Formats: sequence, structure tokens, C-alpha cells
Amino acid sequence: MRALVTFVYLFLYAPIALVVLFSFNAGRNASEFTGFSTMWYGKALGNTFLITALQNSLMIAFTSAALAAIFGTMAALGMQRLSSRGRAIFDGLFAAAIVVPGVVIGIATLVALVEVFSFLNPALASIWPGDKPPQLGLGYGSIIAAHGLFSLALVTMIVKARIASLGRDIVEASSDLYATPFTTFRQIVLPQILPSILAGFLLAFTFSFDDFIVAFFVAGSKTTLPIYVFASIRRGVTPEINAIATMVLVASLLLILIARVLMRDKTTKAQAGE
Amino acid sequence: MPLTPDRKRQLTTAALVAPAGIWLFVFLVLPFMAMVVFAFGERAPEGGYQAAFTFAQFANLPSRAAAFWNTLMIAPVGAFLCLIVAYPVAYYLAIKSNPKYRLMLVSLVVVPFWTSLLVRTYAWMYILGSRGIPNLLGMIGIEDIRLLNTPGAVLLGIVYGYLPLMIMPIYVSLEKLDRRLLEASADLGAKPVSTFFGITLPLSLPGVMTGVALVTILLLGEYLIPQLLGGGKVFFIGNALVDLFLQSRNWPFGSAIAVTLVVVVVIVLSVAMRIAWKVSGSRQVDLV
Repeated sequence: MRALVTFVYLFLYAPIALVVLFSFNAGRNASEFTGFSTMWYGKALGNTFLITALQNSLMIAFTSAALAAIFGTMAALGMQRLSSRGRAIFDGLFAAAIVVPGVVIGIATLVALVEVFSFLNPALASIWPGDKPPQLGLGYGSIIAAHGLFSLALVTMIVKARIASLGRDIVEASSDLYATPFTTFRQIVLPQILPSILAGFLLAFTFSFDDFIVAFFVAGSKTTLPIYVFASIRRGVTPEINAIATMVLVASLLLILIARVLMRDKTTKAQAGE
Repeated sequence: MPLTPDRKRQLTTAALVAPAGIWLFVFLVLPFMAMVVFAFGERAPEGGYQAAFTFAQFANLPSRAAAFWNTLMIAPVGAFLCLIVAYPVAYYLAIKSNPKYRLMLVSLVVVPFWTSLLVRTYAWMYILGSRGIPNLLGMIGIEDIRLLNTPGAVLLGIVYGYLPLMIMPIYVSLEKLDRRLLEASADLGAKPVSTFFGITLPLSLPGVMTGVALVTILLLGEYLIPQLLGGGKVFFIGNALVDLFLQSRNWPFGSAIAVTLVVVVVIVLSVAMRIAWKVSGSRQVDLV
């Protein structure tokens, strides 16, 4: 049994390790390791297309995750005060946002936005005072909106679970001691749910940073890092892709490790409190 | 007129849920409705959509039967293979592993899931491609082995990509299992095998169901794994959709396929939930 489990861990990590190893290959040949070199990293970092894609990805991931963290936390707080019917509607919509495949989310956002733009752009042109009316189109905004949908559901679910595990007693004690609802929120509730909000933010950031399929449909002419990597893979496997892939891996590994530390902190504290 | 406390409370609640509600409505409900409208439309001559009301797109679905067939065959098989690999790992983590290292071992399983699926699938493209394993086999005299762009490669990619998602729910249900039941069973003279089949396995079924349902549902919309490891020979509904929207620009037909995919997902999900309720005897199914 131990042997089998060891094998599974090897299975999970060996392919990633191989990509990392070959990203330091001095040679051009992808199957032979001829010596250690960081030349492919230099090449990748000197590639302006890649740097633009990386900047786009970081900006989109940060914006969609930040909006999701704020609106998701608000929704998690508000939902517990809704009637059971209102709560069921929100629960259903959030579940749909998570369960509906990314490819369908991408398509639905694409067709809806293209329809809306084909209606809005002429309308905007007719009322625009200047010569050059702005043209609305697919781009950063549509990717942020589509990523934000999944992220919003993710954050709401994580924060809601945390709120549910909070004891009602301290909230009641706080209001018995004449704290206003806002003071209770700021001094009692917020400090306790903050780690889960941060964890939700980081998971949402990671999701957006790694997502390929949703962005593929709604990116318009913009390029995100996964779209760039996908296009390079189709052109052929080169050590430069290994270097890019390694950097993507390291970035998401760091994010997910921080998120897990934040979530674990919460569980150990909760266990200690029992 | 001052607000009554009740009214104030209602307004606060509304303000709290409004942004999320608007987001869900504008970027989930409305787009979905647009997609359904498109599915009943016609393809414009230059590509895209033209208003109409026709069932022609749905009548045309059989022309993409191969994509539906591949997806509906390979997704459950992939989920089942995942289960076979995942169960022993989850069992070891929850019951046999040293509690001191348990959290770390569990983290090591979860972490890959949150790293880029694109990069992880690419790694297998690298390994299975002509310069990888076939090259090594060639050195020991086994020539002309083709691994990439086969159904086997797609299944391997699926197990690799979704293993963490299968291990986690099974681990959670096994971890909740009351150890005293296992001790009682052993004290009463049951062999380990009958304890496993009589107690452990039935009590972990909710986790198994959750894992199988999650992995199957995500696989129904998969695009990257069949694209990169199946090389156009093993294609899923997701691949047909990308082709229809971004290459041949037949949006109405693509919308009809997407709507059908959602219907399939809903059917699979509701069947899975029903079975899960039956085996767990409760209505609580953890999805994440």
C-alpha cells in the first residue's frame, strides 16, 4: 500500500519535475540534457509578447479576484439574512456558476456581449459629441467579468462556510454589550473571516491566472499568459516553453501554498477552541 | 420619515447581496438566455448569427455525434480510472498515514490541482511525444511506438489532471469515519477484508459519489486534454465547440451543442445527487 501511494506521489510530481529540469537545459534538443543553463529564462524574459501576456494575466487575475473577494464576502454576509427562498435562488445560481463547464461560460459570455455591443456601439456613436465615438469590444473587461463569475461563487462559498462555523454566541454577546451592528462586524466577525476572504482571493487569483478556456473565447484581440503558452505549444515544443511553464508553476505553487496556510490556520484555531 | 429598524435591516441585506446578484444576472443568466436564443437562430452567410426561429440546429446535432459519443464514453471511464487510483491513496491518507505528516501529505495531493492544467497536460505531451518515452524505447530496440494522440494518452491525461479532485472527497469521508466501528468489527472477529467491505467502503460511498460526479461533470466540458494529448483524433464536445465558434463561426449550431451539453451536465448531476442522497441517507453533499 505504501509503495502504491509513493508511486502515486511520484506520478503527480515527476512530470512537473521533468519540465522544470529541462527548462535549465543548455541544449536545444528537448530529449537530451546537455548541461545546466538559464539561457531559456533569459530568452523568455526578453520576449515582449510574453511579458505583455504576463502583465495582462496578472492585471486580470488581480482585478477579478479583488472584485470577487469584496462582492463575494458581501454576498456571504447578506445571504444569511435572506429569506430561505432568496437564499435558495442565490445558492442555485452560485452552484450553476461553478458546475457549468468553462467552455459554455465562455461561449455564453461571447454571444451575449457581441449582441450587446452590436446594439450599443451604433447607439453610442449617435449620441457621442466628438468625432471618434469609443468602440466597445471584447478584451480585458469581458475576461474579468467571465472570470469574476466563477471567482465570486468560489469566494462566497468559502466565506459562507466560515461564517456558518462562527459561534452565534459572541455576536450576541457583542450586541448585548451595546455594540452597533457595524462595530460587531468590524471587531468580532471581520477578524474571524479575514483569513477565509484572503484564501478565497488567492484561489480566485490562481483560477484566473491559470484559466485558458474561458479567456480563449472572450479575450478578443488580447492575449493572456495561458493563451500565449497554448499558441506556443501548437507551434512546437521548445525549451523556452519549459522555462515559461516553470515560471507559471512556481507562481501558482506560491499562491496556493499561502492560501492553504491561511485556511489551515483557521482550522487549527477552530480545533483549539473546541 | 425615519426608517424603521426592520426596513433598515432589509435595505442593508439588499445592498449586501445586490452586487453579486447583478453580476450573476448580467454574466450568467442573461448570457445563458442569449445562448438559448442563438440556438434557435440561423448562421449568417459571413458567419455569426442571424435572427430566426428554427429547430434546424438541434436537428443537425447528429452530425457531431462522434464528439458526444467520445465525451460520454471517455468521461465516465476516465472518472472510474481516477477512482481506482484515488481510493487507495485516500484510504492511506485518512486511516494508515502518520497523523503527524497527514496535513502535509494531503497538501501535496491538493497543490497540483491548483497549478495550471495547461502546463500539467503539456508535461505529458513532452513525455509521450516522439522525443520522450518512444525515444527511450527506441534506444533499447523497440521502434515505432506511438503514444501521443491516442485514446490511452487522453485517459492518462485525465487521470493525471483530475486525481486530486477524486482523492479529496473520498479522503474527507474516510477521515470522518468513526474509528471505533473498525475496532468493534475487529474485536468481533471480522477479517480486515470483511471490515473493509462491510464498514469502510459503504461509509465512504458519499465521498466516492461526490468525486465521481465532480470529475465526470468537469470532464464533460474538457477541451485541453483531448486537444493536446488526443491531437484532433480523440475529440470531445469542448473541441467541437471551439471549432464551431472560433474556426467555422457557426454560432447558432455551436450554441445548440452548448445548450445540449448543459442539459447533459444537469442530467448527470441530478442522477449523481439522487444516488448520493440514497447512499448517504442525508441531503448534504459537499461539492468542494
